Amino acid sequence: MTTTTPSATTTVFAGVGRRLGTGAPVYVLLAVLLAALAITDPGFYEPDSFLAFIKRAAPLVILAAGQYMVIVSGGFDLSVGAVVTAGVVAGAEFYGSYPDAPWLLVTAGLLLAGAIVGLVNGLISTVLLVPSFITTLGMMLILEGAVFYWTGGSPQGVLPESFRSFGRGEAGGWLPWAVLACLAVGAIAVWLMRSDFGRTLLATGDNERAAALAGVRVPRVRTLAFVLSGTAAALAAVLVAGFSGVSAQAGRGLEFEAITAVVLGGVILGGGRGSVVAAMAGAFSLQALFTLLNLQGVSGALESTVQGFIVIAAVGLGAADFSRLRRRRSQPSEGKSSS
Amino acid sequence: MLTMQDVSKSFLGVRVLHGVSLDLEPGEVHALVGENGAGKSTLMKVLAGEYAPDEGTITLDGTVHAFSHPVQAQAAGIGLIHQEFALLPHRTVAENVFLGREPVRRGFVDRRAMERRTAELLAELDETGITPRTLVKDLSVARQQTVEIVKALAASDVRVLVMDEPTAPLADHEVELLYALIRRLAARGIGILYISHRLREVFDLSRRITVLKDGRKVATLTTADTTADEVVRAMVGRELGSYYPPRAGPEEIGEPLLTTAGAGNERLAGIDLTLRAGEVTGVAGLQGSGRTSLVRALFGAAPFTRGHMTVTGRALRPASPRQAIRGGIALVTEDRKGEGLALRQSVRDNALLVTRAVHGEGAQAGGVAGLLERVNLRSRGHDQEVQYLSGGNQQKVVIAKWLAAGPRVLLFDEPTRGVDVGAKAAIHTLVRELARDGMAVLIVSSELPELIGMSDRILVMSDGTLAGELPAGAGEEDIMRLATASDATPEGSAA
Repeated sequence: MTTTTPSATTTVFAGVGRRLGTGAPVYVLLAVLLAALAITDPGFYEPDSFLAFIKRAAPLVILAAGQYMVIVSGGFDLSVGAVVTAGVVAGAEFYGSYPDAPWLLVTAGLLLAGAIVGLVNGLISTVLLVPSFITTLGMMLILEGAVFYWTGGSPQGVLPESFRSFGRGEAGGWLPWAVLACLAVGAIAVWLMRSDFGRTLLATGDNERAAALAGVRVPRVRTLAFVLSGTAAALAAVLVAGFSGVSAQAGRGLEFEAITAVVLGGVILGGGRGSVVAAMAGAFSLQALFTLLNLQGVSGALESTVQGFIVIAAVGLGAADFSRLRRRRSQPSEGKSSS
Repeated sequence: MLTMQDVSKSFLGVRVLHGVSLDLEPGEVHALVGENGAGKSTLMKVLAGEYAPDEGTITLDGTVHAFSHPVQAQAAGIGLIHQEFALLPHRTVAENVFLGREPVRRGFVDRRAMERRTAELLAELDETGITPRTLVKDLSVARQQTVEIVKALAASDVRVLVMDEPTAPLADHEVELLYALIRRLAARGIGILYISHRLREVFDLSRRITVLKDGRKVATLTTADTTADEVVRAMVGRELGSYYPPRAGPEEIGEPLLTTAGAGNERLAGIDLTLRAGEVTGVAGLQGSGRTSLVRALFGAAPFTRGHMTVTGRALRPASPRQAIRGGIALVTEDRKGEGLALRQSVRDNALLVTRAVHGEGAQAGGVAGLLERVNLRSRGHDQEVQYLSGGNQQKVVIAKWLAAGPRVLLFDEPTRGVDVGAKAAIHTLVRELARDGMAVLIVSSELPELIGMSDRILVMSDGTLAGELPAGAGEEDIMRLATASDATPEGSAA
């Protein structure tokens, strides 16, 4: 007696719409893009070239997984691009001073540094209650400025082959390490989101007060999301450094690409809903789109323009209430013709 | 004056109104009651022109109307006061009243005419606490509601005013003001359709009561000739039997599970109470007397800063909800959507939230089915998002969430607010069962019949202190006497 038939019907519709609305479209989009790539470039699915595509996409996919954690908890992390740049430059400078440092140690050091940046972001946002948008924007500017000051705009130092092989090399001669990194990050992210941490993270993003009253340590959970995002950014930095080498622009714009990817994956800005796999699929889609545009001869300079359209369209379509639009259309909007 | 004849309406092929008829006389307050989903709101939206009926007619003062837009209904003299106000907080009362219809003089808004007319309307309603130039944000909720009503009156020559749960946002003492306002409107010949869950109000105000169930009209009763029992029976279509489950016998009441001595904070003082296993303790008091502050202090959400507290025999004055939960305390808050549930998460994730957050053992999802069965949840599976559940079922999910953590002390703040009659009885039964299972239960409720029906004893709060204790079955008068005794000495008589 609590539910009547109409609400039952609407619930079913809402349920189907919900599933389509958050996850499914990005998989469809990805499939369409991959099909389009196959048509444009028949060689695309040669194992080598396909693995190379994944390798190129890997940093963004890893960043998207980290960004997802923060967005789903109700925040933003704008600092990840700057963390990538800082990571690449710091690695190069470090090898400039200690050319024989073992690559594993340097990689671990960078990951730790990324985690610390995330920790600072998280603590400032949750303890000092500075909105994460501002905190991480500030962190981005601080890191960018520091890198520029440190290097004078042209970073010195050469990364040794051992360090770079993670981003450019292959395991067993054919499987790129970057692909393995992607898979590992995906597996960890899925496991995390199914764990107590992930479920409480979603609940916190959905309703912070209810979560706190249920005993969730909201500041800790939120901070952990930033730590994960910072660590993911540092891992992306290692891949980017291996793949493209040293540059003071290594991570430029990656924060927005990561947010675009997450939004494309149907994750709701403001928190509480979305799947991490869909967010990573969003990153693949974005990379596939850039590749496709490249193959079609569209200028790379237009990438950010395309990205802008995508972000607005994805959020706009996600927010649009089509039933209302339909009703409005069917309703004659006459004025005050009272009878 | 107003007749709705055989109104039917379907959505997506599902009929939600089956030939409902209703009539309204000038100056009559006609109550419309029914459980959630009975069709009250749909019927009123048909009347207000928001939905076009599939069948049936609306006749107002002898004219048959077919509204296809709310503006037409408004022009014909039908005003609708929604539960949520549509006011601009940073604009003045007069600006809100004439929003979108500002009088114009030489191309400019004629502020003086606008304010003069607003003042006239306010005067007609004997409303002296509002001036046309007051900013809406500076008004109390009750006064904002008055502005909504004035807005409806200014829009046209209102013949029919529909009020949807008008007392829901109001504090207790503001309800009387609304009653007076409604009676004045009725005295001017305006017919009022009054939707409410609260039968008390319905009996206080209405001349007739129409009961809807599952989109059909069950009956139209003359208020003076009927009883609350009869109305409830019509609403749920069955005997609810005795409203409340039997109280605990003396042998069922066990050891103290929670005690406080001299506890207080900035809102509470001298709180001495004991909650026992198996016992349901009610807390009564007027709005602002500190009832909610008390449960929040016991739960560590707005902690005590003074005094002593024990939980299951150990000293524990919780400084955070987490500490309270670890100690075995649970709180079902009054604001279910704001504080009780993560609405976009599934039934399962909500039910496991506390265990996951505090005990870190949420992975054992197998226990969920048992929990939800325990609270008798009706949902479309455990993956359904809780936002799509009815209020009663949402409340059951909240209770399940706490039961998962195995609490010894359960605090309920307004446990049945916004819950329909059938689910209400289910929650009452559940609460009593939990007490019988050996938990200590404390209930805060502003519905005195509920408090009296459920409690084994009643503590009355006034001014942040416990003003006194009453035994089971105390009358409403006794409670109100203690609650309103302004010179009540903070003696803390509970124990």
